[in-house]
Amino acid sequence: MNNKPRIGVYVCHCGANIAKTVDVEAVSEFASHLPYVKVARNYAYMCSDPGQLLIREDIKNEGLTRVVVASCSPRMHELTFRKTLAAAGLNPYYLEMANIREHCSWVHTDRDEATAKAKRLVYSAVAKARLLEPLTEKEVEVEPSALIVGGGIAGIQAALDIAAAGFKVYMVEKTTSVGGKMSQLDKTFPTLDCSACILTPKMVDVASHPNIELMTYSKVEDISGYVGNFDVKVRKKARYVDMDKCTGCGACAEECRLRGTIPNDYDMGLGKRGAIYLPFPQAVPAKYTIDPDRCLMLTRGKCGKGPKCVEACAVGAVNFEQEDEIVEFKVGTVIIATGYEIFDASKKPEYGYGQYPNVINGLELERLVAASGPTGGEIVIGKGDKAMVPKEVAFISCVGSRDDSVDKPYCSRVCCMYSAKLAHLILEKLPEANVRIYYMDVRAFGKGYEEFYDRVRREGVHYIRGNPSEIFKRGDKLVVKAEDTLAGRPLEDEVDLVVLAVGLEPRQDAREIIDILKLSQSADGFYMEAHPKLAPVDTATDGVYLAGCAQGPKDIPDTVAQAKGAAASALILLSSGQVKVQAQISIVDESTCRGCGFCVEICPYGAIELVEINRMGNMAQVARVNEALCKGCGACAAGCLSGSIQQRSFKDQQILPQIAVLGAMK
Amino acid sequence: MNTDANTVIESFIQKYDLLGCIQCGRCTGGCPVTIRTGLNPRRIVYDSRDEEMLEELSNLTEIWDCTTCNTCAVRCPKGLKPVDVLVGLRNMLVEEGVIQPTVRDALESIFREGNPWDKPRATRCDWMEGLDVRIVEPGEEVENLIFVCCTIAYDPKVQVIAQNFVKLLNKAGVDYGFIGEDESCCASEAHNMGEEGLFEMMIEDNTELLNSYAAKRLVTLSPHCYSTFKNQYPDLKAEVIHYSHLLKELLEEKKIAFGKECSDKVIYHDPCYLGKQNDVYDEPRYVLKQIKGAEILEFERSRERSLCCEGGGGKMWVEGTETKEERLAETRVKDAREQGATVLAVACPFCVLTLDDALKAKGFEEEMRVADVLEFLGPFIE
Repeated sequence: MNNKPRIGVYVCHCGANIAKTVDVEAVSEFASHLPYVKVARNYAYMCSDPGQLLIREDIKNEGLTRVVVASCSPRMHELTFRKTLAAAGLNPYYLEMANIREHCSWVHTDRDEATAKAKRLVYSAVAKARLLEPLTEKEVEVEPSALIVGGGIAGIQAALDIAAAGFKVYMVEKTTSVGGKMSQLDKTFPTLDCSACILTPKMVDVASHPNIELMTYSKVEDISGYVGNFDVKVRKKARYVDMDKCTGCGACAEECRLRGTIPNDYDMGLGKRGAIYLPFPQAVPAKYTIDPDRCLMLTRGKCGKGPKCVEACAVGAVNFEQEDEIVEFKVGTVIIATGYEIFDASKKPEYGYGQYPNVINGLELERLVAASGPTGGEIVIGKGDKAMVPKEVAFISCVGSRDDSVDKPYCSRVCCMYSAKLAHLILEKLPEANVRIYYMDVRAFGKGYEEFYDRVRREGVHYIRGNPSEIFKRGDKLVVKAEDTLAGRPLEDEVDLVVLAVGLEPRQDAREIIDILKLSQSADGFYMEAHPKLAPVDTATDGVYLAGCAQGPKDIPDTVAQAKGAAASALILLSSGQVKVQAQISIVDESTCRGCGFCVEICPYGAIELVEINRMGNMAQVARVNEALCKGCGACAAGCLSGSIQQRSFKDQQILPQIAVLGAMK
Repeated sequence: MNTDANTVIESFIQKYDLLGCIQCGRCTGGCPVTIRTGLNPRRIVYDSRDEEMLEELSNLTEIWDCTTCNTCAVRCPKGLKPVDVLVGLRNMLVEEGVIQPTVRDALESIFREGNPWDKPRATRCDWMEGLDVRIVEPGEEVENLIFVCCTIAYDPKVQVIAQNFVKLLNKAGVDYGFIGEDESCCASEAHNMGEEGLFEMMIEDNTELLNSYAAKRLVTLSPHCYSTFKNQYPDLKAEVIHYSHLLKELLEEKKIAFGKECSDKVIYHDPCYLGKQNDVYDEPRYVLKQIKGAEILEFERSRERSLCCEGGGGKMWVEGTETKEERLAETRVKDAREQGATVLAVACPFCVLTLDDALKAKGFEEEMRVADVLEFLGPFIE
């Protein structure tokens, strides 16, 4: 067997992307004279079918044993060309790429210098190519089940899709009911569907589907393992109510001594509940929960002569002795659908939120206009003598969005439309009201949104272009201090009610999932997708997907679409039943490893552990790489103090010659 | 010529990040004077992007309406500082030598005598008469170097601020020292009136003078000096604080205390240069709360929403287009009276002067008085 490598070099024009700045002819001509290079060509689009055919033909006709493609970043097309090699019967890891686009043509303007640099990059790739070794990809079995974290509309949709495809789903929801923020909305834009009417059937489906195991009032405590084989640990918090016995009749809540005294989060604190409660009538599961921080029995050990809820419950479901339960199970894939929080408007003290009862946020108004809300759908501010039906109403858009002063530079995407919808609902309920929306730009980009914006304007909602700077009180009125920027007129607008269209922000507890799954955050703090355009539901962690506002602000249609996308991605994994694992992983030379454990510490994926082996009759600790967990990042290889770890395709003897020629060439 | 103009405009656009503006109108909406003058900061930011218009803009009378309260910059969602654009336009005017006589006199006075009030340097320490004041020489070690402020040093209405401070410092046994006649204006108002050259010169001279003392802290009596030293003097060695910081410290360490019951209802007005510009809201309130019996009131518009008194931004020397409605200082004293205050407390000499004028214009002298915190607490020093 002739062991001398035969290398083919292919220089891509990438249309004008590369060819405009780099003399591709000169580069391929240069490459043709390099050691072991049998053929060097340039072509308009190497990634195209004819481009790939060139490579396949040459492998066949010229007997190539190594291929160098000088084109874009390997992140774009390394996989494409590996497949090309494999199709021609060559081991796919005999490919080396020279990035002459992102690292060269896109960042330089001088054609001569860019060409010279492209030559060096190609030379360097050729120097490494001859030293490449063949690798094989291993496959592991996939556990046929999915974990969904978060029970809002995103999680619900993903769960239903995966369950419908026949796979087991574990859904973990932090609160006592599924439904999420969507369950708090009154109507949805632009169709004015009743939010509860379209959501509750899906909530019920989740609870009743034979393939879905629903865990509410629960928290994911740990996830370990790797794609296809995750070990999950969930804490089911004690409800102090036996789920199997409780019929949801509500007799307990009627009798609770604290009934009507505790602000209900579901109603944004505007309505009150007791210590034993169902957050809202359509809650799923329709099982009561005792608030451990408020219940007299649980906080003081005493509730009058005896807890009335126990007395009232005909089935004996109340159980003060109940304890948290830890559940462990295995899944093949994970979908993160943990949602968002609304911007806390008190961070902009100039608007007086938290100080004036008639400055409220959009979600609070949702509860006020909702028939299921604390006022039965009547728009009333305050209670008793101070109760007031507003006549002059002002919305302020972009509160906590597009605002560097509160570190929220992004657009929250839903506020323009929910303001329009809420303005419409106010006019529907209070036809005498004067409603204006102070805006900077109206972003009505979705299907039917512009039409809805047209509709509410014609209904009499007055749009004033100008973002208010300040709100203060004058007599009984709130003064909105702003400028009508279209008229160039500063104004002090006296109103009865101000609605702050607060933006969406990452959850305060976003870190918990990050720590468990090693996810990344984008600059805005939301979880980061693997690619903003081409992998919008994937994460950098294989087998973990994102759905809904956990990834960034979204309206309901986009959330549902993304949830279905995440479910499809998870199903690809689940239905194939097997997953290929990274071949370019690290390997430990156990004969020289000193077992210091430094690699164990620096491995970001927890893929290395210390094991004891018998080395020439002596027991010794050495590092061992879990091949399924290793991502091939190379941190251990670079960090190893004794040089005992090498990463496949990036071994010292492969990359040192690659670096050496960079220095050798002038 | 054209190239020159392009370079000028490019630097103007870049210097103030004008292309970052989204015309949301928060600057104009928040600006306290737009409601009673012709000023529209958003419009000026917009028009400033056109090089042809810069000269025209700099000739607008309304650019002198700005009190440099900084609300526009605090509220801007994109990090622009419209106030700096206005000061930049004033600067263009000054560079061309077009200066109103009152402004010219103030600037010349800063240059010659180290104060904008046209007073001789030799009388800068007259307020000290009869007081036991420690003056330090350059090179001397001192924990707290006190910076008086030109207005407090010369204006008999507010000299009491410095005088009471000396009494307190002596009582508390604080290691302090005054600069004496060598003290020169921080030049905050020179900057605000567009005299950038003089401002830069004063920064250089003052930095050299202030750094010549081995001082740990520079304690300012006026928020204008405080903000300027803190934010616009990059090379000062000493930590810059306001007197309310020091008072709070001394009260907490029980080095000073207030005796004697007070029966006043005190409302505190946040000076822009202390509050909005430097987030100092709590210290002056803390000090007032230590006075026994004093009932502390709050304005509806307080702290981050405090209303400017119109004393800054060169307004002591120049008029703008103010025509409509009452002065903001008058609104302020009216609001204070409505709240039932008997004392309108501030922590700024400019605020004292403007609010006191407004009080007299409204004829409220019988029911209420304006006093700096240091002036007000004088009788209660134990």
